[in-house]
Amino acid sequence: MQGREQSGAEIIVRALVDLGVDTIFGYPGGAVLPIYDALFRQKQIQHVLVRHEAGAVHAAEGYARSTGKPGVVLVTSGPGATNAVTGIADALLDSIPLVVLTGQVATHLIGSDAFQECDTVGITRHCSKHNYLVKETSRLGPVIHEAFHIATTGRPGPVVVDIPKDVQVATARYEKPARIEHKTYRPRVKGDLAAIEAAVEMLAVAERPILYIGGGIINSGPGASQLLKDLARLTKAPVTSTLMGLGAFPASDPQFLGMLGMHGTYEANLAMNQCDLMLCLGARFDDRVTGRLDGFSPHSRKIHVDIDPSSFNKTVRVDLCIEGDVGHVIEDMVKLWRARGHQAQPQDDWWARIKGWRARNSLAFTQEGAKIQPQHAVRKLWEATHKLNPIITTEVGQHQMWAAQHFDFEKPNKWLTSGGLGTMGYGLPAAIGAQLGNPKSLVIDIAGEASIQMNIQELGTATQYDLPVKVFVLNNEYMGMVRQWQDLTYEGRHSHSYSDSLPDFVKLAEAYGWKGIRIETADQLEQGIADMLAHDGPVFVDCHVEQHANCFPMIPSGATHTEMLLGPDQVAGKVDKSAEALV
Amino acid sequence: MAARAKSLFPAEPVERHTLSILVDNEAGVLGRITGLFSARGYNIESLTVADVTQDESVSRITIVTSGPRRVIDQIRAQLDRLVPVHSVTDLSELGPFVERELALVKVAGVGEKRVEALRLADIFRARPVDTTTQSFVFEISGSTQKVDQFIELMREVGLVEVARGGVVALSRGAAAH
Repeated sequence: MQGREQSGAEIIVRALVDLGVDTIFGYPGGAVLPIYDALFRQKQIQHVLVRHEAGAVHAAEGYARSTGKPGVVLVTSGPGATNAVTGIADALLDSIPLVVLTGQVATHLIGSDAFQECDTVGITRHCSKHNYLVKETSRLGPVIHEAFHIATTGRPGPVVVDIPKDVQVATARYEKPARIEHKTYRPRVKGDLAAIEAAVEMLAVAERPILYIGGGIINSGPGASQLLKDLARLTKAPVTSTLMGLGAFPASDPQFLGMLGMHGTYEANLAMNQCDLMLCLGARFDDRVTGRLDGFSPHSRKIHVDIDPSSFNKTVRVDLCIEGDVGHVIEDMVKLWRARGHQAQPQDDWWARIKGWRARNSLAFTQEGAKIQPQHAVRKLWEATHKLNPIITTEVGQHQMWAAQHFDFEKPNKWLTSGGLGTMGYGLPAAIGAQLGNPKSLVIDIAGEASIQMNIQELGTATQYDLPVKVFVLNNEYMGMVRQWQDLTYEGRHSHSYSDSLPDFVKLAEAYGWKGIRIETADQLEQGIADMLAHDGPVFVDCHVEQHANCFPMIPSGATHTEMLLGPDQVAGKVDKSAEALV
Repeated sequence: MAARAKSLFPAEPVERHTLSILVDNEAGVLGRITGLFSARGYNIESLTVADVTQDESVSRITIVTSGPRRVIDQIRAQLDRLVPVHSVTDLSELGPFVERELALVKVAGVGEKRVEALRLADIFRARPVDTTTQSFVFEISGSTQKVDQFIELMREVGLVEVARGGVVALSRGAAAH
């Protein structure tokens, strides 16, 4: 039975409600006024008004990553859509499920360079998982349902739905579709059993295995993290995680080696280099993880489990590929391992070597005197808050790496960061989205003084919706990661990496209705953090840290896992031209 | 240039593959395909597209590409994950297939050159489809190599311009791919 005739705008709202959407992030404008009017006349969906469309998309990402539900964005045509592009690209690289609704000029004006017109589907074609231009009102319902299906299944990602204004105004009948069976898009969930069997046999004979995990475990859901623990126990293998996978395996677990890659731990990278079997679970051999490819784990056989087969053999050639949802595949592995009665190989030698690498204590730092070492600040923050199981977001740069290294995560969905695209300005709006999705959680954006200014306008959003988010800025007055690379590669010529003319962050926070706290010396740190936690509204902490600290360990550009720099004394200040050209 | 970063798979031999892709015949689908090739730095040597079903709902895109084996595998996987793509078949991998290209070749000349052009066209089974006293337009179809050869020969007898249709291909035998 078909429903009554309703406007396109009403159909959009109806479809969102049917899909279980409770929160959308947006900014009004000419081409979405009909949808905003439909939102005004309903009560089921909370619309969160951001201050800039970039903030809307990152907020939706934070909401999605912390709740496991898709994030929904509503922006207008032209600049509304182009401002959303960075966040869409960010969500694509980090596999975050989003549905982005963009207004478009009326269909008869498309292509005429109308006011606030841009080719949104053209611009977003290669930075979205899929996109649509809906030209008929009757198609709106099916397309929105399909968009959610595509965004949330398979490898999750952002889906853009571009909706001309006349399509929002015209009427059609809407009916909630029963079940979406897409004619071409059918991601595989269960892995091939023969391949899983082969993987289990390889694991059972491995003497130096390692589990290399990534964000796919988190996308697969909390069950995958639980199954991963079972697999780790059975195989006795050490576990290392990408930046995106932090929290999928408990940091306090004795089998956890910490993060791997460019700023990963010594033990994680050396174990990757020396293993005889690598099981990659929901990660994608990113260049920040592998370092120089010809020196990447040269002696190992490699198994890759991924829901996206285009990740297989993209950069690193593997011996066995298993296409499927990583949670399901791990479940089958655990079942098969038990059914076959496998016992892990004795790994005493392997763990003895790992213990030796751990003894290097590659994340060590020295806190002395009044100046606060940034690592110390992160560690103090962790000490004061970890029992509250907080959600941590970050911006991008040194502070992000220090947070990844020194803030330990025990559970998935607590660590929200821009990994693939590396988007400065992600953290504050992501924290806002996470707080809306988790009203009772403590949400902290660990930020840098440069990144935070990229979306600082969103302070106003937190104020408007009474969100008690905390921003903790490690203020070193530098775009620290840029400066670090200039130290490493350009003999310390700090070209435009100094954060000049900084605002008084405390006054700025207060101007937005936040509480502002400044921490300048080590003896103020604990009290400052305590004051931050004691205030039940939003708090901005401007924590001044040692200006010239660099982030170690580090695998420099063009180097392999065995060529880590463990401290500043190993920095040469120059690299050869071919390494300079690498990212 | 020393500072130039090396390609990901420098030592691997380059292969030429013909891919047959069935896609939903919807707006923007060709843009998705060609954009994917340019965004990821893949080669397109030839591309043809036309709808191939009775209700015009599905198009076949035939792409000739080249690259190291791993890149070809990537191209297939990347194409396959585009939502409107029904299937990607690597005809070069699948087994025997037929590959044809159509070209129109304009030649101008008088006297002996004109006679020679006709003679060569006859050898290549190219057909004149337009004639003036000073010119021919020949229609030729065949493998890319045959069309290349014909055009090369026409250069010597007054080649004016060429329009080529790009490669179309189907697997041999009764099965559909």
